[in-house]
Formats: sequence, C-alpha cells, structure tokens
Amino acid sequence: MVGSSARRMAAQEGDYQLVVEGVSKRFGGVVAVQDVSLEVPRGAIVSIIGPNGAGKTSLLNMISGFYKPDTGRVVLEGQDITQKKPSDIAALGIARTFQNIALFSGLTVLDNLMLGRHVRMKSGVIASVIYWGMAQKEDIAHREACEEIIDFLKLQDLRKQPTAALAYGLRKRVELGRALALDPRVLLLDEPMGGMNQDEKEDMARYILDVNQERGVTVVLIEHDMGVVMDISDHVVVLDRGRRIAAGTPEEVQRDPAVIQAYLGTSRSERA
Amino acid sequence: MSEDLEFAFALVLSGASIGLMYSLIALGFVLVYKATDAINFAQGEFVMLAGMVVVTVLGAQAPLVAGIVVVLLVMIGFGFGLEKVVLRPLLGRPVVAVIMATIGIAAVLRGWGPLVLGIETRALPLPIGDEPISIGPATLPPIQVLGAVVALLFFLVFNWFFKKSRMGVAMRAVADNQQVAQAMGINVERYFAIAWAMAGIVSALGGVVWGAMLGVDVQLALVGLKVFPVVILGGLDSIGGALIGGLIIGIVESLAAGYLDPYVGGGTKDFAPYVLMILVLMIRPYGIFGRRQIERV
Repeated sequence: MVGSSARRMAAQEGDYQLVVEGVSKRFGGVVAVQDVSLEVPRGAIVSIIGPNGAGKTSLLNMISGFYKPDTGRVVLEGQDITQKKPSDIAALGIARTFQNIALFSGLTVLDNLMLGRHVRMKSGVIASVIYWGMAQKEDIAHREACEEIIDFLKLQDLRKQPTAALAYGLRKRVELGRALALDPRVLLLDEPMGGMNQDEKEDMARYILDVNQERGVTVVLIEHDMGVVMDISDHVVVLDRGRRIAAGTPEEVQRDPAVIQAYLGTSRSERA
Repeated sequence: MSEDLEFAFALVLSGASIGLMYSLIALGFVLVYKATDAINFAQGEFVMLAGMVVVTVLGAQAPLVAGIVVVLLVMIGFGFGLEKVVLRPLLGRPVVAVIMATIGIAAVLRGWGPLVLGIETRALPLPIGDEPISIGPATLPPIQVLGAVVALLFFLVFNWFFKKSRMGVAMRAVADNQQVAQAMGINVERYFAIAWAMAGIVSALGGVVWGAMLGVDVQLALVGLKVFPVVILGGLDSIGGALIGGLIIGIVESLAAGYLDPYVGGGTKDFAPYVLMILVLMIRPYGIFGRRQIERV
C-alpha cells in the first residue's frame, strides 16, 4: 500500500513529528489500548477512527499525558514525553480539546483564550509585581495573540460573553481557539464535530484545514463523521477493540477489508 | 430614632462587625475548598496557631510589626508545607481521606501548639486603645472595627486577585476543571500549594484580630466552629458567599443574644447559627451563592 504522499513522506526517518510506539493501557482487567503505534508526519492531518470503545480517547489521553501507558512510549520531535506531566506536555506544544466541551464555564471567551496563553507567559508573580511595566507589556502581546485567534475564528462579538451562555457549536469553536492560544505544534482534537449540525460541521472542517495550512499546525483528530474524515485527512488510523487494524490514506483505509468488516459495515455500497 | 430601633441598630452593627471577622476565617476555608476540593477541618486551629505565634514573638519583646511579619511568613510556610507533606500524597484519593487528614492536623495543632508555644491564656495587645468607637447611636469596641476593616480589605484584595490577576484567573480555572487546566499547561499542584498558602495568610490575620479580641490560648481554635454555618450559608466555594454568610451569621447571633437571651437565660447566640445552617441545608443545600452541582449519570 505504498503510493500515498503522507506515507512516502513518513517513510523517511525524522519526518515524523509525533510518534507513538506500541503503547498499551489496561484498566483492571479491561485492555483499553493494545500495542498501538501511530506515526504523525509533520504538518499532516491524521485521523483516528474506530467504533465506540475502540480506545481512541485513551490513545489521545496517553499522548497528552493524562494516562501513563503500561508499555510503549510517546515521542515528540525526538523527545520522549511518555512520563511527563500533562501540564509539561502542553508547554512542549501539544494542545488538545475534549470530547465533552470543557471550557471554563464561569469565565468569558477572552479569559478562556488568555488561559491558553498561560503557559507562554514568562513573568511570574513576583516578577510581575516588581516589573509591573514588563508584565503589562507582555500582557498586551498575549492579548494581541488572543485577538488574532478571535478574528480567525470569527468570535469578535463574543469576547466578553461567559462561555456557559454560548450555543453548542460556538463553544466547540471557543475550545478550538483556546487550544490554539497555546501556540501548539501538534493539536489533538477529540471529536471536534461531535453533536454538530451539517453547517457547523462544515465550518469546523474549514477551520481545521485553515489551522493546518495557514498556521502550519499538525492535527491529530478523532471523528465519527466519515465524510469529514475522508475529506480532510492525509492519513487515517483505524482502531478496533484497542488494536490498530489498519492505517493509510483515506482511499486505502476505505478499501481495506478489515476496516469494512469492523467499522464501515459489511457492504461497500453503503459508503458510496 | 426610638430606643427600640437604636437597640436593634446597635445589635445589627455589632453583629455585622463580628460577622465580618467570621467571614475572614471562612475565607481561608473557601479558598482551599474552591481550588482543591479539600474540606479543611483545621481552619480554627490555623487561627489558633497564628495567634500563638504572634504572642510568642511579642513575648520576646519584639514589636508588633515583627510579630505580624513573622506570623505571615510562618503561616505561608505552614500552608505550603502542609500541602506538600500531608495533602499531595492524598491527591486523587477519596474526599474523606483528606477530611480525616485535616481532622488529624487539627488534633495535632491543638496538642502541639500549647505544648511548644505555651498553655496559659495570653493577651495580644494591639495599639488601638480601649475607647469604644461611636457609630450613630451604637458603640463598638475598637478591635471589632479593626477586625471588620481587615476582613473587608481582604475581600477587596481577593476579589481583585480572582477577577483580574493572571494567577487568580488560572486558579479559577483549576477550581473549575483540574483536567482541562492541566491540558492548558497549568501546573495544578502548584496552585493547590498556593491555595493552602493563601489560607495561611488569611489565618495569620485572623489569628491577630481574633487573638486580640479573645486572648490567645487553645480555646481560640473554637472560632473555627463558626466557619461551617458561614460557608454552608454562603456556599462552600463562593468568596462573596463567605462575606455575606459571615454577615448573616454575625447578625443572627447578635439579634438572638439581644432578644432571646433575656427570656431563656442566655446561650442562644451559640446555637442560633446552627439552627439557621440546618434550615439552609433543607432549602438550598448548596448555599445561597454556591454552585449548584448537577450530577449527570
């Protein structure tokens, strides 16, 4: 199954920005993820798909440090991050969103985004008291970065709104914005379009493509909507019951008999 | 103003000033609960410890300013140390484990404090005189006025801190959702430690004003008992709630003492806040300003 540009690119050592090597995770007697590997080429959009309970979110949680894998390791740009704390991994440039929207509901849109900048803020508490001016200057720079994201995601009118009051699709967008505020090198999106209507999905797909192309952010996403996955992904990895059963370009994965068996149903004509 | 009204006014004013002093202590409890979900049963003992540290420093002929600086440093260090040594290992354990730990800390402080810092009741003199201060038709002891002013100042500072400062906003994020805060690169454990240190700062000042009012001995820890009706009333995680809750408890106490005690022979002041607490639990279990938790199962 050679021939896809992503795979050819990936065939050369060093082109992978993020590598997951044979990670496993069990919870009590349940194996959530079994010896799964994932290679993410720099600048690619990689989708992880699979039926419910396939271990997709567990895999994402191991990349972002919330779960420590029982075996295997996670490597970001040559650096082993397997045992690092989630906050350190975020600081290294892996940002994420959550399956259930996880905004800070008491805070405004702008405050949520500013929190995304937290990790990029240099002056500490004491320093910000002593060098008040310096901290102010830094704050202005961070505020500008947030404003730029607000423009990008067309959230201008919602800056000062508490996020709890926003419509579902908008909250998802704010959550994407907050992840972008971290200036991530790799963005992990857990069902960015879950629960959205068709229009909202199309908007979100466009934003994800823009994030990837204009801002040069590598994207790893979990998504159930096959149409979207096949449209925007360079590379698709299929999990089923904790195992990786296929990987390749969208076309390759769609033709893969194991995938059709496990995920897409038995008949190929249903997909057409 | 008729005599009856003047009496009521005096009771309310005195109750409000004592209530603000309750709020100050409740604030320490709320800061910890808000950020770390830990219920601190040792808040009263923190105040006692602070009072004992101050009188010990003053006993060595040091000026009051030195006493206040020392107690602030000691209590900040105590907060940090406690979080690091006792509470961090309990992260992710059931809430009851943390509660038991704080009850243990309370017992240790009540035993160890008098042992090391002296068992006799000592005065904590503040240079504010004894001359009652007149406010309208009522008069208040100066220590109550000072206590109320200190409490209000703290509320203003914390209000600014949580609304405007970078650290305060991050702390609210930690309180809101620890997992997401971590994903934002916020070092949650560090903010837990800061919350305990802030409870230490509040307790240090609480120890000074309450110690000055009541004298310093192991009984000082009993002011911590008033924390529970205050925070149940105001909401465990609400800073404004601690302020309002303290005011209400203080005023109810004072009115009960003024109007009921003559008929029943005294003591209503001590249980009136708890009656109110039970009523509130029946009607609004999450407090007047607390966050209503909706469990989705």
